[in-house]
Amino acid sequence: MLIIPCPYCGARPENEFRYAGEAHIARPADPEALSDAAWADFLYMRTNPKGRHAERWRHVHGCGRFFNCVRDTVTDRIERTYPAGTAP
Amino acid sequence: MKFSLRTLFTQGLAGQSGWPEQWRSPEPRAAYDVIIVGGGGHGLATAYYLAAELGVRNVAVLEKGWLGGGNTGRNTTIIRSNYLWDESAAIYDHAVKLWEGLAQELNYNVMYSPRGVMMLAHTIHDQQVFKRHVHANRLNGIDNEWLTPEQAQAFCPPLNIGKNVRYPITGAALQRRGGTARHDAVAWGYARGASTRGVDIIQNCEVTGIERNVAGAVTGVTTTRGRIGAQKVGVVAAGHTSVLMAMAGVRMPLESFPLQALVSEPVKPVFPCVVMSNTIHAYISQSDKGELVIGAGTDAYTSYSQTGALHIAEHTLDAICEMFPMFRRMRMLRNWGGIVDVTPDRSPIIGHTPVPGLFVNCGWGTGGFKATPGSGHVFAHTIAHDRPHPIAAPFTLERFTTGRLIDEAAAAAVAH
Ligand SMILES: Cc1cc2nc3c(=O)[nH]c(=O)nc-3n(C[C@H](O)[C@H](O)[C@H](O)COP(=O)(O)OP(=O)(O)OC[C@H]3O[C@@H](n4cnc5c(N)ncnc54)[C@H](O)[C@@H]3O)c2cc1C
Ligand SMILES: [Zn+2]
Repeated sequence: MLIIPCPYCGARPENEFRYAGEAHIARPADPEALSDAAWADFLYMRTNPKGRHAERWRHVHGCGRFFNCVRDTVTDRIERTYPAGTAP
Repeated sequence: MKFSLRTLFTQGLAGQSGWPEQWRSPEPRAAYDVIIVGGGGHGLATAYYLAAELGVRNVAVLEKGWLGGGNTGRNTTIIRSNYLWDESAAIYDHAVKLWEGLAQELNYNVMYSPRGVMMLAHTIHDQQVFKRHVHANRLNGIDNEWLTPEQAQAFCPPLNIGKNVRYPITGAALQRRGGTARHDAVAWGYARGASTRGVDIIQNCEVTGIERNVAGAVTGVTTTRGRIGAQKVGVVAAGHTSVLMAMAGVRMPLESFPLQALVSEPVKPVFPCVVMSNTIHAYISQSDKGELVIGAGTDAYTSYSQTGALHIAEHTLDAICEMFPMFRRMRMLRNWGGIVDVTPDRSPIIGHTPVPGLFVNCGWGTGGFKATPGSGHVFAHTIAHDRPHPIAAPFTLERFTTGRLIDEAAAAAVAH
């Protein structure tokens, strides 16, 4: 079980959180203007890297807030967490 | 050497010392017509059918570790074809039909055992979903039947159908043709069959790059054992597909999650079939060695760590103990994880990529062992003819752009 440092509540066990996928994927501002390929990229394509990964978590059984996290997907070591909406 | 009663007997007298190696381990050649990246069941089956059915023999399978060391050798070996949609029914049942004759075809005992796969319902929602599957399957000519709790217990006596549990069993869907097979034997049998027909099987050879010419077409791969040229490259790398495709600049609709399984100490035969429960996240069968083979769910987050978290296994064992109280005092011997490649619609991706000469077969996620023969068969045709086999056609990468997804979330559910 991961120990995840919530930026608001501090370090808590993983089962207080819900994983919410790759971070920094912004919904396109003007979907009408998008090509099918660009829309598919937004909806479905994921980086899925072996190594450093920026991802979202939500502290569902705590403060309830979303935040971002950088984790190494080989060692599962968490590098840092930071508020949603801020740059990695 | 052909396996037969006679060779078994004479080898027995000779102290089992005269068996030849089952496949050749040559040095890589400078170039091949087709390179398959990934020596799991699907990659080896692809190479086998290329050589055996399509006359494409100048083929190499490159494996970074050892054959079947990926998900092929780590899975709980459940085989069934009771998926919802016509497209899925076609490919999974194509596989089941090949399983039925596979040991004969390969002259290798893959221990296919159609002992029946029973999927438990615990809620009204489960019942509705499974009954829908039963009807859809029967329209596709695939056996699947609905059982009452009493009938389910008659089929699997250890099952607790009491009402005094958190999720009482309200019924079950049974596919009698479903069952299990021996995972290593599947990899080895295909490897042996491919090797005899001229395919080079090269282990300890990690692909580190995909080479392309100015037109963008594939010309070969770079590996830890040097450069190897190829006209066509088929990536069959399960959890590592995103990493390999990134070498050719292709983004994939995949996420890699750890999925784990565990086995108990071996005991006498007590468990006659395969039982799965998607709702409470557990599935179980008994191997011929006597171990209970138990599958758990995936971890919540993507990872390449090849280990699952302990709380996931604990949750599964809670469920097993509730469904089968007689296993409460069993001890678990080993647990392990594999990295599964999950697609948004829980269906595989088979076929062309935007890069000429580059093919991919992936996205089997938590449930691709059952499809091994069918997957290899249709992928071999797709590569050899440079156009999708009819059964593979709906499973191309393009479906994520056209929107024609094949949603099997209910059939693939947890895992298996
Ligand atoms: C715990 C667990 C339980 C499961 N239970 C079931 C089940 O009951 N029923 C079922 O149908 N399915 C099940 N599955 C899923 C099933 O195991 C897989 O879908 C299937 O085995 C995939 O086969 P494959 O040949 O595509 O992949 P793999 O067997 O993983 O083969 C891919 C190979 O590619 C190699 N590779 C990766 N990168 C490179 C590189 N750069 N260069 C060279 N080689 C590379 C890997 O080493 C690996 O050997 C389970 C999976 C797990 C992990
Ligand atoms: Zn918090």
